[in-house]
Amino acid sequence: MSRLDALRTRSARPRTFLGGHQSLSVFLFAIAITVLLPVIATLPPFSGFGTQKDWVNGFADAGVYILLALGLNVVVGFAGLLDLGYAAFFAIGAYTYAYGNSGFTGLDIPFWPMLIVGALVAATFGILLGAPTLRLRGDYLAIVTLGFGEIVPVVFLNSDKYTNGTNGITGIGQPSIYGVFGINGFGFTNPWPYYITIVVIITIVVCLLYRLEDSRLGRAWVALREDELAAASMGINTVTTKLLAFAIGASTAGLAGVFFSSKLSSVTPDSFGFTVSFTALAMVVLGGMGNIWGVAAGAFIVYELQTQGLKQLNTFAHSIGLQNVDFTNYQYLLYGLALVLMMLLRPEGLFPSRRRRRELHETPAEDELTAADPTAGVAA
Amino acid sequence: MTDTQPAPDLADASTPSGTPLLRLTDVHSYYGHIHALQGISLDVFPGEIVTLLGANGAGKTTTLKTIHGLLRPRQGRIEFEGNDITTMPAHDHVKVGIGQSPEGRRIFSRMSVLENLQMGSYSRKDKASLNEDYARVFELFPRLAERRNQHGGTLSGGEQQMLAIGRALMTRPKLLMLDEPSMGLAPILVEQIFSITQDINRQGTTILLVEQNARMALGVANRGYVLQTGRIVRSGPGPALLEDEEVRKAYLGG
Repeated sequence: MSRLDALRTRSARPRTFLGGHQSLSVFLFAIAITVLLPVIATLPPFSGFGTQKDWVNGFADAGVYILLALGLNVVVGFAGLLDLGYAAFFAIGAYTYAYGNSGFTGLDIPFWPMLIVGALVAATFGILLGAPTLRLRGDYLAIVTLGFGEIVPVVFLNSDKYTNGTNGITGIGQPSIYGVFGINGFGFTNPWPYYITIVVIITIVVCLLYRLEDSRLGRAWVALREDELAAASMGINTVTTKLLAFAIGASTAGLAGVFFSSKLSSVTPDSFGFTVSFTALAMVVLGGMGNIWGVAAGAFIVYELQTQGLKQLNTFAHSIGLQNVDFTNYQYLLYGLALVLMMLLRPEGLFPSRRRRRELHETPAEDELTAADPTAGVAA
Repeated sequence: MTDTQPAPDLADASTPSGTPLLRLTDVHSYYGHIHALQGISLDVFPGEIVTLLGANGAGKTTTLKTIHGLLRPRQGRIEFEGNDITTMPAHDHVKVGIGQSPEGRRIFSRMSVLENLQMGSYSRKDKASLNEDYARVFELFPRLAERRNQHGGTLSGGEQQMLAIGRALMTRPKLLMLDEPSMGLAPILVEQIFSITQDINRQGTTILLVEQNARMALGVANRGYVLQTGRIVRSGPGPALLEDEEVRKAYLGG
């Protein structure tokens, strides 16, 4: 039996942060990043692009997209279900908090419990969307989710009585932890509490996702992604497995939505269009589908390039006399280009998961091994 | 491991007596409007190898799919160990002891051999006996042990078939259903797969074997059923079917 034990341990993944999961290393990494990012922002050339406060504010906004990418990665990367309407859950989270804490409804439920409520409401809608699409795969699923993603903002837009239509809901309350974060606490002028908050949320989500990936459910997702029928033959309940992917993915978007609306203190339907779904998907694909930290890094990079990078490109173009160029107008053109290039040159993303890399670049050594003597096993 | 159930004596009556492990009674299945199974009744008794023969489109795979809950019959009754499993969802079949190696093998090609086998034990509660079963699978298929860290998709056809059977065995089935294990394999591999099938049966697993290779299948089976356009047209002990004039004409080339 020792031979078996040996092979089982060999198959176990190394317990390091970048290769596998270990909550402690995730926490340490998160703390390091949290401290380093604002410091880096004060160094040239970054200090020239904006004040530290601006940067930290931008990081907090980037965090929203990191959460979106992390959640979408569960649906697309883990379970292999292409979801093009992911922004809907983001919208649902945001409006949930708007209802829970604004003058519009008169309710004043604090931010922290609403964070959980927003996640749960979004998860419920994830299941509601998931249930009718269970029999759909690939393109068909993508079309239905695309439709759902379009319907939700339109509903928010046209239900004037309940959502204040195009003007959206304003005066949404801000989180408060009295006396813990700075003198001003959460507010428009002080991005730090938001920055810390989003980092904490992301860290917790990342830890949970690493756990999930290595769980029975995580394994079931991989099997489902590969072959639904075979997965069912293994005793995997494909219905609950799919619904859980939708629910968990949606709940993460719900968290992002609650945070987003509290930081902005208002929600309008036009913040949740197809471009949000598309951006999140592009982040997942560019970062490395299926790889948790890769997707987070991808989201951060894409967000910073989109906000700071394009702005600096404009400044540079203006400084060399190209006054009429505005790269921010070409944002989606550049996205498209980047995606096309990625698919051609590095389809597994910038930071691929090990499994995905294996899928796309089978190591030749293994192939040779098989090709060497296909009948070798016969004599055994 | 439950030990060898003595194989029923082929010389005596056509059907063994006792409680069947699996019983289908007048099962009708449809694909949309297409009436694919038109009243299938069959029994599989513990310890047997039973084969289901028939040409393309006769309903062999449909029968397996229906048994496994991947297709719900519109009429009829499926019993396993005396319990009605007609409407049981597919994933619960593993728990009651029905394992299958599906048509076209359907291994997880992007998982390693070992991960494929682990998927087989996905719904097992008795984790303690897992190692025993890995050992059993690797003993039956030494080739899989050699390639345990290799990707399923990089295996040869024969090895993939071994993996599909091994994966099904990891569910610890009482009834193992094999859907065309010989499909697309070289003759020498076909022989090997059939002989391993007999080994598995001798170790106490009942087998329901779907095959187009009638001669091979009847050679190892205790009993056989012949399907034609969704109906069972012949049944009996393997050797008797081999001798049957109609079967010879239709499936064995005269």
